[in-house]
Amino acid sequence: MLEIAGLDLFYGDAQALDGVSLSVAAGEIVAIVGANGAGKSSLIRTVFGMERPHRGSIRFEGREIAGEPPHRICNLGIGQVAEGRQVFPNMTVRENLEMGATPPRARAGASAAMARVLALFPHLSERRRQLAGTLSGGEQQMLAIARCLMGQPRLVMLDEPSLGLAPVVAEEVFRVVRELNRRDGLTLVLVEQNVVQSLTLAHRGYVLENGRIVMEGGGAELLADDRVRRAYIGL
Amino acid sequence: MLYLNIIVAGLLTGAVYGLMALGLSVIFGVVRIVNFAHGEMMVLAMYGACLANAGLGLDPLLAVPLVTLTLFLLGYALQRGLINRYIARPDHEQFLLLLAVATMITASLLMGFGPDARNVQLGYAYDSYQIGAMLLDKVRLLAAAGAVLGAAALSGFFRFTRTGKSIRACADNQFGAQVVGLDVKRLYAVTFGLGAACVGAAGCLMLLLVDVQPYIATDYTLLAFIIVILGGLGSMPGALFGGILVGVSEALSGFLVEPSFKSAFSFGLLILVLLVRPQGLLGRA
Repeated sequence: MLEIAGLDLFYGDAQALDGVSLSVAAGEIVAIVGANGAGKSSLIRTVFGMERPHRGSIRFEGREIAGEPPHRICNLGIGQVAEGRQVFPNMTVRENLEMGATPPRARAGASAAMARVLALFPHLSERRRQLAGTLSGGEQQMLAIARCLMGQPRLVMLDEPSLGLAPVVAEEVFRVVRELNRRDGLTLVLVEQNVVQSLTLAHRGYVLENGRIVMEGGGAELLADDRVRRAYIGL
Repeated sequence: MLYLNIIVAGLLTGAVYGLMALGLSVIFGVVRIVNFAHGEMMVLAMYGACLANAGLGLDPLLAVPLVTLTLFLLGYALQRGLINRYIARPDHEQFLLLLAVATMITASLLMGFGPDARNVQLGYAYDSYQIGAMLLDKVRLLAAAGAVLGAAALSGFFRFTRTGKSIRACADNQFGAQVVGLDVKRLYAVTFGLGAACVGAAGCLMLLLVDVQPYIATDYTLLAFIIVILGGLGSMPGALFGGILVGVSEALSGFLVEPSFKSAFSFGLLILVLLVRPQGLLGRA
């Protein structure tokens, strides 16, 4: 579904991505793990068209998308749940969800999607007239995911969805991710510092270090690897 | 009773000021650009209404749709073609760009129309309504009604239309707007167009009340700034309220002291508000 090959990204002179190649098949959950500053967010931003890569190709469903602007990429069927949730604080929960149906492709089915999303997140349904800025961190994260689903994406990239959440709430976020994959067959890319949780959840994973992919393999396989355990789990 | 008449006259003029300032506030609130050419665009609209009157025999009130649409398109094109390239630049470069635009507008108006004041002759210019002891000028009443209608239309647009909500989303969280796939640069252009449209309508209405000449543009730019800062940056009700306040202050100072002293009172009011409530009267802290 997503094929990335030889991707280089620079911020000024600093290289953020160095020859990154990876692939995501339809129906998979792929985790990308690594330390802070390893280039995880840069990778997501580049796929979504927020950064322009200097070299390399990004193909989505066979079509080259590198260098396209975000609103086009969104309309092709890629959704993003950005780091820090990025809800619209002074708009109601309902308006936030409406904004999720921005891609022209998602307009026609917006009311059906709204009903589905509110059923999936009953908590948000109760609060749909409330301003998003008044929600708790966990609720905002759910809203960010729900808003993304309103765009009816086929591939969703989540950037640190558990960051700053209490363990119980983070658990809930991971449960939602698993359910979206199992039940709706949604393809997901999960970028996380929470290595154990994300590799447990993922079918496959990549380890990113200083802008390079240094390891790849099945989720359980990486989790059992000594180097991963020493570097990221502290065992 | 005389005071009441003066206050009401100031209030009605102030509503038109408010509509003009609303344009500045909307542009700043969303695009984060300070439109230093705001007064110049206002004067451009006033000349547009003059032309519509001279050429097509249109009353300035009837010229509102035409001039508003023209200003919208101008604003849209200006943002799309020019200002969008300056969005990420330092403040002083943006300032110079808008100042250049302002200078070019004034120079063009001088070349086209000369420095002399112009106005439109209205059959109803001296009509008035008597309500009790209160005397209301018909032109002022019409201008104020137009301004309130314009502001209400804009507010409805932001609340109920998809494009309006998208613009609010952009103002609320620009990165979030990109994440949901909004075309932020296009929305910026629409916003600048809307801000210019406010000025377009306000210019037509203002022509009912005053003469126009190219050099009054800077005064209007300053006036719009005072109003927006008084009311609170980015607050739509604040811009209207600030406009009305300045209108009343101008009318009272003109009567009590001297008309040429009215700006001093407006600036005095501004300094006072900045001291007591820096975020503006209806602004968020």
